[in-house]
Amino acid sequence: MSIAAASDLKFALDDIVLAFERQHPDISVGVTYGASGMFFAQLLSRAPFDLFLSADVEYPRKLVEQGQAEKTTEFLYAIGHLVVWVPQSSPLDVDALGIRTVIDPAVRRVAIANPRHAPYGRAAEAALKSLKVYDAVQDRLVFGESVAQAAQFVSSAAADAGIIALSLALSPPLRDTGRFWRVPADAHPPLEQGGVILSWARDRAAAEEVRRFMTGAAGRAILERYGFTLER
Amino acid sequence: MDWTAVRLSLQLAASTTAILLVIGLPLAYWLATTRRRGRAAIETLVALPLVLPPTVLGFYVLMATAPGSVPGDLYQRLTGGVLPFSFQGILLGSVLYNLPFAVRPFAAAFARVDRRLIEASWCLGASRVQTFRRVALPLAWPGILGGMILAFAHTIGEFGVVLMVGGSIPGVTRTLSIAIYDDVQALDYAAAGEAALLLVMFSFAVLAPCPFGRPA
Repeated sequence: MSIAAASDLKFALDDIVLAFERQHPDISVGVTYGASGMFFAQLLSRAPFDLFLSADVEYPRKLVEQGQAEKTTEFLYAIGHLVVWVPQSSPLDVDALGIRTVIDPAVRRVAIANPRHAPYGRAAEAALKSLKVYDAVQDRLVFGESVAQAAQFVSSAAADAGIIALSLALSPPLRDTGRFWRVPADAHPPLEQGGVILSWARDRAAAEEVRRFMTGAAGRAILERYGFTLER
Repeated sequence: MDWTAVRLSLQLAASTTAILLVIGLPLAYWLATTRRRGRAAIETLVALPLVLPPTVLGFYVLMATAPGSVPGDLYQRLTGGVLPFSFQGILLGSVLYNLPFAVRPFAAAFARVDRRLIEASWCLGASRVQTFRRVALPLAWPGILGGMILAFAHTIGEFGVVLMVGGSIPGVTRTLSIAIYDDVQALDYAAAGEAALLLVMFSFAVLAPCPFGRPA
């Protein structure tokens, strides 16, 4: 079976799939990561995926509304969180500065996901606005096509700071190479991450099995390790 | 229509073509006339972007120009700026990526110039530079124009390199092809469709009079 997954799930979902396949050796799972908005556009043209894990509940909901999926297969699997991330080599004390990291004079470029189509980009923009630094930071923003590309921009030191998913900041490649500050959950609308099984799923039973595993105890434990919670 | 993106794409294509003319012409002339060893290796290097995925090139440009890298730090010391996410950054990627699209037609045009005319020019006392300017260049001109058109058009359509090093900043790095990608992802099919149609018409208009691929 195949999954289209939001790019903040990279690493967390890789672990989940590994654990799942160990329990269900007869089911092989393929995952494609990308921007939720891009998948949504592709799924409107019936892209051949069985399960869609979005970084946002809106996209699955719209697929249900447009008849691409059944209401009963829609589910919430996590709440995402945002962090301000800087590389280990950065002189900025992100703990002390908090959101003011992004307006520090030493920072030239701040990477976020593109707010036009990436849920994490919208949340980052909302947080910058509600924490009253948006006007000062606006000219420094660079946009990744997904939150993973935003993370890549800052981890390669091409950007000086980034507002990325906590799940990526806790992932093996970034965990030891940078420092981060958690953006308060009330600074932006909650990143409710939802999924849905597509009506044209080739292997509906397997898709339901993955959903059950992911929202069950084993899946939850892995998600929590990557900072995904179910409460805000 | 996103005219900022249209203007930016034209600006990028014009700058890329101008730079390729300056570095590409001498390089192509050298490739066409030299018999030195190493020519084949240089020729292969120039052709590399024909087969390399643009993402590979974009990845290398991003890694090589980020602050903390040697070229990145050098550039910062010289100009005070950084290459990624700047117009200069996508211009660098674009020049590298379009090298074969300009240099190969240039070199082919120079190679078609009758060698006897070049040698006659030398025998009559003209220097190599004079021969290049007054004999080779005028004779090879149609092929050079073809290479310029190809490089220009190809830059307008460039996507992968700009996506990797650009960061989609309006007016700086969000070219027309990136704007189309953003529009599609944001489900703004009307805007994407308009821009896409413009590119189709542009490509047709550019290729119609171009000698590329036509029997000589």
